[in-house]
Amino acid sequence: MSNISRRRLITTGLAAVAGVAGLAAASRIARRHGLIPPDGGGLYGPGETLTYAAQRLLTRHSLAREFPRAMISKAPFANPTAPPSDAFKRLQAGGFSNWRLTVDGMVAHPTAFSLSDLKALPVHNQITEVVCEEGWSYVAEWIGTPLVNVLNAVGVLPQARYVVYFSIEPDWWESVDMADALHPQTFLTMGMNDGDLPVKFGGPLRLRVPRQLGYKSVKYITHITATDSLKRFGKGLGSASPEGGYAWYAGI
Amino acid sequence: MCWVPRFSLLRPGKPRTPKISGLVAPALCYPHRVSTTSSPSIAITPRHTALVRVTHWITVIAFLALLVTGGELVISHPRFYWGETGNSGTMPLFKIPIPSSRDTVPTGYSYVMPDQNGWSRYLHFEAAWVLVLTGLVYGIASLLNAHFRNDLFPPPAQRRWRAFRDVFANLLRSAPPDEAESRSYNAVQRVSYLLVIFVLFPLVIWTGLALSPAFDSAVPAAVNLLGGRQSARTLHFFVSGFLVIFLVVHVAMIVHAGFWSRMRAMITGRLATPSISERT
Repeated sequence: MSNISRRRLITTGLAAVAGVAGLAAASRIARRHGLIPPDGGGLYGPGETLTYAAQRLLTRHSLAREFPRAMISKAPFANPTAPPSDAFKRLQAGGFSNWRLTVDGMVAHPTAFSLSDLKALPVHNQITEVVCEEGWSYVAEWIGTPLVNVLNAVGVLPQARYVVYFSIEPDWWESVDMADALHPQTFLTMGMNDGDLPVKFGGPLRLRVPRQLGYKSVKYITHITATDSLKRFGKGLGSASPEGGYAWYAGI
Repeated sequence: MCWVPRFSLLRPGKPRTPKISGLVAPALCYPHRVSTTSSPSIAITPRHTALVRVTHWITVIAFLALLVTGGELVISHPRFYWGETGNSGTMPLFKIPIPSSRDTVPTGYSYVMPDQNGWSRYLHFEAAWVLVLTGLVYGIASLLNAHFRNDLFPPPAQRRWRAFRDVFANLLRSAPPDEAESRSYNAVQRVSYLLVIFVLFPLVIWTGLALSPAFDSAVPAAVNLLGGRQSARTLHFFVSGFLVIFLVVHVAMIVHAGFWSRMRAMITGRLATPSISERT
């Protein structure tokens, strides 16, 4: 069993060296092309990196499925949120007229938008599915302005690689890469099913990312910042989700 | 005729097959009938190639990880639906009568299980990558070295109902596996392994991929052909169930055939059997 021939030893050795060199080269290429997710370290890093890199190669521009109006769910399910903060209740009492969305970071003109400023931008609608990581889902019509319109209005700089977005509620923030930030279906959503976006579904302002699981669609958005690195945000894992044990990239 | 690559991982370590310019007669391909011991009572039969053994055990580890984490994910919403959508506000196709790890799911239980979805999701997808990549290596190599054709595709004698009946009849009589079965697979083994490799695993990968909203944006047919997202989730659950049934029967058959001898065969590649007639 153990008569290892010289040829076998040499070929095995060469294969091992080629394998290590290949992995090193692949990781350099992946890094250069932005195929490593911010939570790409640790025990689950290799799987996460494979998933994110494969999705970025396959789905950079593809559109989430849209549905006919007849398929809009009669019973959309609003995932419960923590009781609203005082800051939210004050703005709600004023009919959200003082709601501001601050856009800053790697942009030419940092700007604070009111809801009517956002409604003055081209408003679109899409009938897409909300997909929860738990397994349930519903279809609704979402009305709002694509995030790309806001990013163009503030002049996002070409070095920006991620867009980080924050809820008015504490410790609720996420980020997406530019492929999802500039995607035409990534909406700053203000309306749902022909009415205003109800508070329990994220009103007055929710960032909908329909190509990813529901937890990337943060409710009650007040702050968006463009950045070239996620290291400085929270624990540097990209968003609040990986800090709670959930994957940063949720297109799965 | 079958082509045996020069890569040694694809061939049993022993005995060396005489190579005739890269082509060997089918009878010389695995499994080898050559006894390598002089003992009159025990025959050591080369059984599984290194490739089969390594990919088998990697698949075992990946599958168990997928099973545990998949079960954990089901606990967060133990309700199943048909069609595109479904949630706690709609009628389920069926529900599993267990408590949930979410208080938003009406289960009839007054308590909520701990949430383990974070690491379960991470591990589920990492194990899925291990399974898919291992499956690709196994599949491509098994086409090249004719493992599928020689060892799994039933030979003419096993393509009769009689061959299947004999296997079950032997099983009911609690007869030990006959001598041929310690060298190669019987008809029922071949058909069930082919089903697992070419039907159940492709289906479980397809139904799993259909649950990825980003993948569906690139390949909408993946989910639409299954009848919608919730149908895909329900089918993923059932196909996984069939794989679990296979696992249970597979392990039961190994216990029946002799747990340690079959275990040793899948680890070392060689099977020790009492020899019925002295072979040379």
